[in-house]
Amino acid sequence: MLAKRIIPCLDVKNGRNVRGVKFSADVDAGDPIELAQRYDAEGADELVFYDITASAEKRDIVGELVRRVSEVVFIPFTVGGGVRTFEDIRTIIEGGAEKASINSAAVHTPELITQGAESFGSQAIVASIDAIRRVDEKQPDVLHWEVVINGGRTDTGKGALEWAEELVDRGAGELVLNSIDADGTKDGYDIELNRMVSELVDVPIVASGGAGGPEDMYEVLSKGQASAALAASIFHYEHYSIPEVKAYLAERDIVVRPKVSIGL
Amino acid sequence: MIAIVDYGMGNLRSVQKALQYVGAQAEIVSQIEDVKKATHIVLPGVGAFGDAMKNLHAAGLVDPIVQAIEQGRPFLGICLGLQLMFSESEEMGTHLGLDVLPGHVRKFPEGERVPQIGWNQVSVQKETPLLDGVPDGSYFYFVHSFYVDAKEQKDVVGLTDYGIDYVSVAGRGCAYGVQFHPEKSQDAGLKLLKNFSQF
Repeated sequence: MLAKRIIPCLDVKNGRNVRGVKFSADVDAGDPIELAQRYDAEGADELVFYDITASAEKRDIVGELVRRVSEVVFIPFTVGGGVRTFEDIRTIIEGGAEKASINSAAVHTPELITQGAESFGSQAIVASIDAIRRVDEKQPDVLHWEVVINGGRTDTGKGALEWAEELVDRGAGELVLNSIDADGTKDGYDIELNRMVSELVDVPIVASGGAGGPEDMYEVLSKGQASAALAASIFHYEHYSIPEVKAYLAERDIVVRPKVSIGL
Repeated sequence: MIAIVDYGMGNLRSVQKALQYVGAQAEIVSQIEDVKKATHIVLPGVGAFGDAMKNLHAAGLVDPIVQAIEQGRPFLGICLGLQLMFSESEEMGTHLGLDVLPGHVRKFPEGERVPQIGWNQVSVQKETPLLDGVPDGSYFYFVHSFYVDAKEQKDVVGLTDYGIDYVSVAGRGCAYGVQFHPEKSQDAGLKLLKNFSQF
């Protein structure tokens, strides 16, 4: 059976890991390659590099990072954060990443999703949605999420469910649902958002934002029907390790990939 | 030297890096002569079956690849590369494949999310040197919407369960195909690539 995926997310700026990490002596916590290798060795199913470099050299820096990662990490990885043009996608995919993740740029230029999917296949194009809960005054009992961009600072007026359908129609092969309400709270993922989008579209859903521990991952992978759970802080600060999370899930009958070491 | 065939169907750098990591010499090639002189051939690929065959024909690579397989040179098809080994595909019309193994490429039936994306297990049906040292039931990374329906049981090396049990590893002689991406499947995938490189 297909396993549910556990995905650590690394925030990278100018080629360095920037989210505060308190790893011990054996790992240079600022080096994304070392951190990636560590997560790989612990049994991460996939990695996301979220690049927040804001300089003119951004594409070169990202390209270099992707090439270095692909030489030592042999699990799938995705690169997102400020992916704006077709050339950005090409740099990421041709460097050796499995997927490019597109967020704000999809709102400004939805054709980017189609263009990326036509050139590299849908499996290479992840659309990431930042969603925030809103109350519709005409239908206060109906759950409603609005799509926001620029890290939650700009409203778009788009409903998240309709936007999810459009992104899939345009060729996105996977959706990341990032709950802005839950992000950083450690109070758990937005289960309803994940469940409703999962029931609406056929592509896999990656839950993001709000992970405080393995129980949150259990909830979103079972009730939320997500295919994968993404988390940053709980792994970076070593609140939980990947094997701990997977053991918790396996005890509750969630299919996860066990870490197996095979001598080469 | 292992030739990784570039015919415009997806990024091949990961495959090359994984082969180099396990100590193999691997080059990305697109010329007929390079395929003819290779000791081993890897045919990766993502995308549409019809486009892939069109590109292979346009580059004049169909005959050199089929001849290499017939001569018994080690061959590994990856993902779309596995599907291309079979007779024909129903992906967007009917398209003829390389036809080195009898069988059809079909779309997954309704019921599961398509494409299948993620880690799934391979249950070994037959011992082969390709899977030497890879435990039965190992997880590999898959991304695909179509699967191969092999006509002959003897060509089936591994099965995977995704709503149906389908062929995830096929092989005959020294020619193998895998539906998953060994280059993205951590230790299990690297071990498989190492085995292949040592044929």
